[in-house]
Amino acid sequence: MKVKVLYFAGLREQLGQAGEELELPPGVSTLAWLRSHLISRGGTWQSAFAATRLVRVAINQDMAEATAPVRAGDEVAFFPPVTGG
Amino acid sequence: MAIRVQREDFDAGAEIRALGGNPKIGAVASFIGLVRDENDGSAVAAMTLEHYPGMTEKALAGIVAQAESRWEVLGCTVIHRYGELKPADQIVLVVVASGHRGDAFAACEFIMDYLKTQAPFWKKEQTPQGARWVEARGTDDRAAERWRGKEPDAA
Repeated sequence: MKVKVLYFAGLREQLGQAGEELELPPGVSTLAWLRSHLISRGGTWQSAFAATRLVRVAINQDMAEATAPVRAGDEVAFFPPVTGG
Repeated sequence: MAIRVQREDFDAGAEIRALGGNPKIGAVASFIGLVRDENDGSAVAAMTLEHYPGMTEKALAGIVAQAESRWEVLGCTVIHRYGELKPADQIVLVVVASGHRGDAFAACEFIMDYLKTQAPFWKKEQTPQGARWVEARGTDDRAAERWRGKEPDAA
C-alpha cells in the first residue's frame, strides 16, 4: 500500500527531506505503526520520531490521533506542535 | 467567511470596512498579531513563517465554522501571512462582525486561541545565537482548552 508522507518545519530540516512516496509493509495500517516503521530506519529517523518527541500528525490535511487508520493513497503529514498566530 | 493565507501585508481598516453594509451588524471585533523583537530572552532580528498549503486554509475554515456554530457571526475575515517577516510586521488578522459585542469578542478570541494550536504554521526566528524554531507554548494549549465544553454566551 502506497502513501504520500510529508515533513514540515524542524522535522523537515532534521530529516533533510520534505516528503516521500512510501510503500508500506504489510501490517502497517495505523499512524502508530507508520511512526514505528519510520523509527526502524534508525539514525536521524529514530531520534526524530522517538516517543519522547512531540510530533503532530495530519491525515489528508486533518489533525489525527496516533490510533487513526492509514489507508492507501492517504497524505500523511508529520510536524512539530504548531506555532502560528 | 474569508480566509486568506498570503505573503503580502494587509490593511485592517480596509478589511473591517469590507465586512460592513449589513444593518444587522452592531459590533465588529478585531485582533492583529505582530512580530516582536524579542522572544524567550533573545533578540529577534527576523522571522520566517512556514505553513502547510492546503491544510492551512482547511484548518482555518474549520475553526471559523466552529465559531459560527457557537456564536452569532455575521461576517468573518481571517488573514495569516507566511514567508519572511521583521519585528513590528503584521502576522495575523481576525475580524468578526456580530449583532452585539459579546459574540464578536468571544468568537474573535476563540478563533485566535484555536488558530494558535490547530493551524499548521511554524515560526523560525533569527537571533544573535543563530536560527531557531519557536517552541509551542503550554499556555496556548490551555487558552484553547478553556473553550471546550463551555456553552456559548446567552447574549
